[in-house]
Amino acid sequence: MNDTDVVTPVIELRNVSKAFGEVKSLRDINFHLNPGEIVGLLGDNGAGKSTLIKTIMGFYAPDPGGEIYFKGNLLTDWSVHKARQIGIETVYQERALCEQQSIWRNMFLGRELRNKFGLLDVSGMRAEASRLMSEHMGFTSTAVHPDNTVLTMSGGEKQGVAITRALYFQAEVVILDEPTMGLSLTETKKTLNFIRSIKDHGKSAIFIDHNIFHVYPVVDRIIVLDRGAIAADVTKEDISIESLMDGLQSVARTGSWSA
Amino acid sequence: MPIDETFLAQQSPEEPGSKPQEKKVNRSKPPSVWRRFGLQFGIAAVGLLIWTMFLVAAPVVFTKPAIYLAFASTTPLFLIIALGLTFVIITGEIDLSFPAVMALSMVAFTWVFESGGYLGVAFLAAIVTGAIAGAFNGYLVAKMGIPAVVITIGTSFLFRGLGLAAMAGTGFPLTDSALDPLRQILVGRIWLGIPMQFVWVIVIAVLLWFLLNRTRFGSHVFLIGDNAISAKLMGVNLMWTKIGVFMLVGVMAGFAGLIASFEVSYFWPTLGEGTLLNTIAAVFVGGTSPFGGAGSIFGTLIGGFIIGSLNAGIVSAGINAFWTQVVFGLVIVLSLIMQVVIQNRVRN
Repeated sequence: MNDTDVVTPVIELRNVSKAFGEVKSLRDINFHLNPGEIVGLLGDNGAGKSTLIKTIMGFYAPDPGGEIYFKGNLLTDWSVHKARQIGIETVYQERALCEQQSIWRNMFLGRELRNKFGLLDVSGMRAEASRLMSEHMGFTSTAVHPDNTVLTMSGGEKQGVAITRALYFQAEVVILDEPTMGLSLTETKKTLNFIRSIKDHGKSAIFIDHNIFHVYPVVDRIIVLDRGAIAADVTKEDISIESLMDGLQSVARTGSWSA
Repeated sequence: MPIDETFLAQQSPEEPGSKPQEKKVNRSKPPSVWRRFGLQFGIAAVGLLIWTMFLVAAPVVFTKPAIYLAFASTTPLFLIIALGLTFVIITGEIDLSFPAVMALSMVAFTWVFESGGYLGVAFLAAIVTGAIAGAFNGYLVAKMGIPAVVITIGTSFLFRGLGLAAMAGTGFPLTDSALDPLRQILVGRIWLGIPMQFVWVIVIAVLLWFLLNRTRFGSHVFLIGDNAISAKLMGVNLMWTKIGVFMLVGVMAGFAGLIASFEVSYFWPTLGEGTLLNTIAAVFVGGTSPFGGAGSIFGTLIGGFIIGSLNAGIVSAGINAFWTQVVFGLVIVLSLIMQVVIQNRVRN
């Protein structure tokens, strides 16, 4: 077998478990994400979706025995800062915004630009935030000023900040945790288009959502989580949206996949 | 007239019938200076108001420089710490142990000086002691997760006790002529009799303004105080930032301890007692949010001078000294109310 035929996954999880005291949030997860692939992560509330992505992001450390690989390299001493440095960006369910602060501060949260003296490049961040807002978020240059606090924005606009932030840093992998939650129809459409554009740029994404009508059209593969374990891992070609729904219902009722 | 017409055109969307539109119009403007610095204007206005009241009540005192020179020499003793404490309060924490740190730093200073060390080394010993005490506080708060208001009461007793035990309860005179160079630098009088500690307050305020507004550390201070979970999710190091802000207060307490002791040429191991409430009041009167996430160095600077001038101002205005506490309390309570009112207005 030729080595080049084997695609090295961007991210690979081997036997990852995560327990919070008595509660086992993740049980022996084996998961991989290939380059240019969009994986939909489905599952009920409490199935472990958020824990899984927070583990990938370095927010939680996996329990001993679990291993995380990035492009074939085992990651040790894993942290959110490191994850972002090597190109994993997340749009969190909770949006991870600091609402009393200005838009530009939020866009560059944790990755502030600095000038050659090591001081913050405030005008640079303002200008960049302004550009991103007009080019990617559909604000005209005077509609929302980068000095506005996030507090003054609507839910969709806030989500826009979180998504634009992920896009700006040229991530290899974008993780989206329920990005369409609380969004209007047009805002949802914009978000789904953004997810498609990730693939067009040859980057990978993990897309978590409760609405399979949002997930199904944009993903290549679907993973179903149930009570901390993977219940199903199917490519889109192998499953229709109807049988996917049946499968999810069977997982919810009986705890086992039958599509 | 054309000007009136455009004025009317701008006013018309604010009719009650078209409320959502008005909101959009509101958002389309970049935030006004009032919106962004409203609180600072408010604090400056309160300062001016109090000053005017003193001016009217006691014109003989407040039109002569002597009273201002007195403020300039006494206010820095706690204002220097208040500037550092602003960082701690913006992160949503509090430090109650800095009065004890002032004394502990001075213990280190007198030890090094007495054992024949260089003056510069003794000075550094005081600053480093402050930093270590601050780091200890920060570690207990950030790493161990003990609420700051509780643990810094504990460390306050600890630091004060160590200081008292080390000095066996006695003081240390700072009258040796070998100390004169440092005395000149810290509390000497310069042009027009302006005390050096006033110069230091301004220098430190400028430096800390840069630290707060132009460095990653300062940025993280705001972000953590605003929403610690969000900051953590985006990779901000909570622990080191928090340890950093506590160290900053420790360093400032060490420096203020030196200034306070040299001002009276004597180190009492009870140094710092009585500065706690003034210092905290200066930060809150200066508009730093008691909820964290917002605050300014400029505000604390004004707040400090408001607090510093009240006592002398009230007495020289001929008000019975028993009333000073009442006025003091009123200024602090009204400032906090003003802060909340302005913040709500800015938000809506």
